[in-house]
Amino acid sequence: MQRRNHWLAAGALAIAGALALSACGSGFSSTTGSGSKGLTSSKKALTVLIGSSGDAETAAVKSAVADWSSSSGTKATVLPATNLTQQLSQGFASGKPADVFYLSTDALAGYASNGSLLAYGDQLPNKSDFYPSLVKSFTYNNKFYCAPKDFSTLQLEINTDKWKAAGLTDADIPTTWDQLDAVSKKLTTGKTTGLVMSGQYARVGAFMTQAGGNLMNADSTKATADSAANVTALTFVQKMLKEGDLKFAKDVGAGWGGEALGKGLAAMTIEGNWITGGMTADYPKIKYTVNPLPAGPVGKGTLQFTNCWGIAADSPNQAAALKLVEKLTSASDQLAFSKAFGPMPSIQSAASAWKSANPALVPFLDAAAYAQGVPTAKGAADVVADFDSKIETLKTADPKAILQATQTNLQALIK
Amino acid sequence: MTTTVRQSPRLRMRRGTGIRKGEAASGWLFTTPMLVLLGLFLVIPVLMALWVSFSDWSGRGSPFSSGVSFTGLKNYSSVLTGGGLAEQNFGVALKNNAWYVVLVVPLQTALSLFLAVLVNRQILRGRGFFRTAFYFPSVTSSVAITVLWLFLFSSTGAVNKLISFVGVTGPNWFNEPAGIFHFGITNGPGFLVNNSTLGVAWWDWVGGPSFAMFALILLAVFTTSGTFMLLFLAALQNISGEVQEAAMVDGANGWQRFWRITLPQLRPTLFTVLTLGLIGCWQVFDQIYTGTQGGPAKTTLTPAYLSYQTSFQDQQWGQGAAIAFILFAIIVFFTLVQRWVLADRKVSKRRLRAYRIPGSKR
Repeated sequence: MQRRNHWLAAGALAIAGALALSACGSGFSSTTGSGSKGLTSSKKALTVLIGSSGDAETAAVKSAVADWSSSSGTKATVLPATNLTQQLSQGFASGKPADVFYLSTDALAGYASNGSLLAYGDQLPNKSDFYPSLVKSFTYNNKFYCAPKDFSTLQLEINTDKWKAAGLTDADIPTTWDQLDAVSKKLTTGKTTGLVMSGQYARVGAFMTQAGGNLMNADSTKATADSAANVTALTFVQKMLKEGDLKFAKDVGAGWGGEALGKGLAAMTIEGNWITGGMTADYPKIKYTVNPLPAGPVGKGTLQFTNCWGIAADSPNQAAALKLVEKLTSASDQLAFSKAFGPMPSIQSAASAWKSANPALVPFLDAAAYAQGVPTAKGAADVVADFDSKIETLKTADPKAILQATQTNLQALIK
Repeated sequence: MTTTVRQSPRLRMRRGTGIRKGEAASGWLFTTPMLVLLGLFLVIPVLMALWVSFSDWSGRGSPFSSGVSFTGLKNYSSVLTGGGLAEQNFGVALKNNAWYVVLVVPLQTALSLFLAVLVNRQILRGRGFFRTAFYFPSVTSSVAITVLWLFLFSSTGAVNKLISFVGVTGPNWFNEPAGIFHFGITNGPGFLVNNSTLGVAWWDWVGGPSFAMFALILLAVFTTSGTFMLLFLAALQNISGEVQEAAMVDGANGWQRFWRITLPQLRPTLFTVLTLGLIGCWQVFDQIYTGTQGGPAKTTLTPAYLSYQTSFQDQQWGQGAAIAFILFAIIVFFTLVQRWVLADRKVSKRRLRAYRIPGSKR
C-alpha cells in the first residue's frame, strides 16, 4: 500500500515538480545570438533524445551523431529515452528541452500548438525529396514542422510452408478482398488461423483505405469516420471475424501479428516492415514472404507510420541542430539506419538503393505511392485509442455505431 | 520597559522571558528544515497544480507566465459534464476504480485480519516463518509482481492451466474486456443500456470489473494483505489476555470471543487499515502503468492513470490536474464517510439487550 501511495505522490510531484522547475528555470535567450534565417546559434552542445527500439538503433544513431560531431566540431550527446513523451513534456515545461528528438505524428499537433517546436521544414535544402504524404503528416497549420526520419507501411506477410501445405501457389496470392477471404478460409486448419492481426485502427485502417475511406482526410482537418467506405471496410472485417478466418492477435494469445506468425498460430498477418527484425530475432526458422495487401472496392490502400526529427523552439543552438538533422536524413545515413534496424528511408532519392538492398521487402516501399497517414489532429491519439477499444469487440458490435461515435469524437477536436 | 516588569508571571512566560526564554525560537529553528522541505516540495507544487487545473497552461514554460490565462471551471466541466471523450474516459476510469475499491478493500482487510489471527496463535509452530512468508509479497517490488502476474494470467499461463483441471476453460485474462458479471451476455435490458452516467451506460456500470481488472484486484489483495496483517498483528498483541480470560470464564466460545471481544478492540486499527486501503486503491497507478496501460478496451483505466495520460500524452495539462483534484475530493469524501461509520457511539438499546443477564426483569 505504501508503494502505491508513493506513486500518486510521485506522480503529483512529477507534475508539480516540472511546474516548479519551470518557474525557477532561467531562460537562455540572453546567452544566445540569432543566426541566419532566424535560428538561434551558440557554442552549446546538442542533446539528441531518441525513443529507441533497442540496442541496434541506439548504436546506429550514436555512431551517426558522433560522425557529425567530429566533422562539425559541435558536441552532441544521444540519450535513449525510457519514456519519450514524458521526457519531452518535462523538457518543454522546464524550458530546457532536448535540442533534437524523435517526434511521432500524433504528438506533433500538441507540441506545435503550444509553440514548443521549431517549424524548420521549409529550410531543408532537400525538402522536395521527402515523400509528399510524409510531409503532409508533419504539416500543422500549413507549416512543415520537421523532417520525416523514416517510415513504415503495412503489407501482407504469408508463411511459406503453410501456404504450400494448403496447396496454394504464387498465382493464388490475393489481390481482392474476396480472394483474401477465400485463401484465409483454406489456410484455417486446427490451431492455425488464416489471418491474424492486431485488433486496432493501425491494422484495420488499411481496409478502410482500400475501401476509399479513413478516419480523417489527408490533412487531418475533417472527420470522415462515418463514411460509407469505412462502414464497408469494417463490415468486411467483421464478416471474416465471424467466419473465424480472421482473428485478432490477442484472441489467439499472441501479443502482435508477428508473434502469431512466428508461433504458427497464423498463416498470414498484416504488419509493417518492423516485422523483419522481430522474426529474425525470435523466430529465425519461419519462412515468410511479403506481399502487397489486396485491393479493396476502391483500389489499393494501406497505412503508413512515421516519425520525424523534431527541433525544440527553446534550443539555444538551432542552427547546429538543423545541420545535424540534414545529415541524419541524408541518403547515406538513412540507408545505414535501414541496414541497422530496418525502417525505410523517407527520401525518394534513396528508394532504388534500398530496393536493391532489400529485394524481398520491395512491397513495403512500393506502397509509398498510395499509403495514407494516420490522423494527426490535436487529441486524435486519444480518439484512436477509444476507437481501438471498440474495435476489440468488433465481432459482435455494430460497425456503424462504432464509426458514428468516433466521428463525434473527431469532430470535437477540429471545432 | 516598565510595563513588562508589572506583568504577572503567567503572561511573562507567554511572552518568552524567564527560564523558558527562547524556547519558541528553538522550536521554530528545529522545525524550519521540515517546514521548508514540505513547503517547497508539497504545498507549493500542490498550489501550482491547483492553479493549472483552473488555467489553459499548454505545457510549455512556466504556468505563471503571461501567456497563461484563468479559465474558471472549464477543465472541471469538460471532465464532469462535457459530453465528449474526456467525460467518457473519466466515467470509465471512475467505474473501473470503483469496482476495484469495492472488491479490494473488503477482501484485503478480511484476509489480512484472518492471517494476523492465524499467526498470532501461540500454538502455531514456526510462527516466524509464516509471518515472514505472508509479509513477503509486500516487500517485493510491485513492478516485479505485476510482470509475474502478466505471465501467470496469460491465456496459456499457470492460472488457466490450473482451472483447466476442473474442466473450466479460463478466459484470456489480460485481454478480456468483458465485465465479470456479464461475461457471455452481450445485450442488457433496455433501460440499463440506454441510460448513462458520466458517458458510461448503466449496463457497463453494473458489469463489474473486467477480467483484466479482476486479475489486478487479486494482485492488489495478494501484495497488500501482508502489510495490513502486520498492523493487525501489532494490535492483536496489544490486547490484554485478561479480557479474553474473563470471556472464557463467562463461557464464550472462540467464535463469540473473536466477534464480541477481539474485533471491537481492533476498531482503531480497522479504521487505519480501511482508510489506508481506500486511499491506496483510489490511487492505483503503477500496476496499470507497467502492466496494462489502461487496456483492454480501457477496462483498467483509472483516474490516476488517466490524469497522467491526459497530461503527458495528450498535452491537456489543465484537464489532467483537474482529474487529480477530483480524485483528491473523492478520497477525502470516502475517508470522512468511513470515519463517520466507524466512529465510537453509545451502545444502542438493541445491542444492550444481548448483554442482559438471563432471568433478570429487564
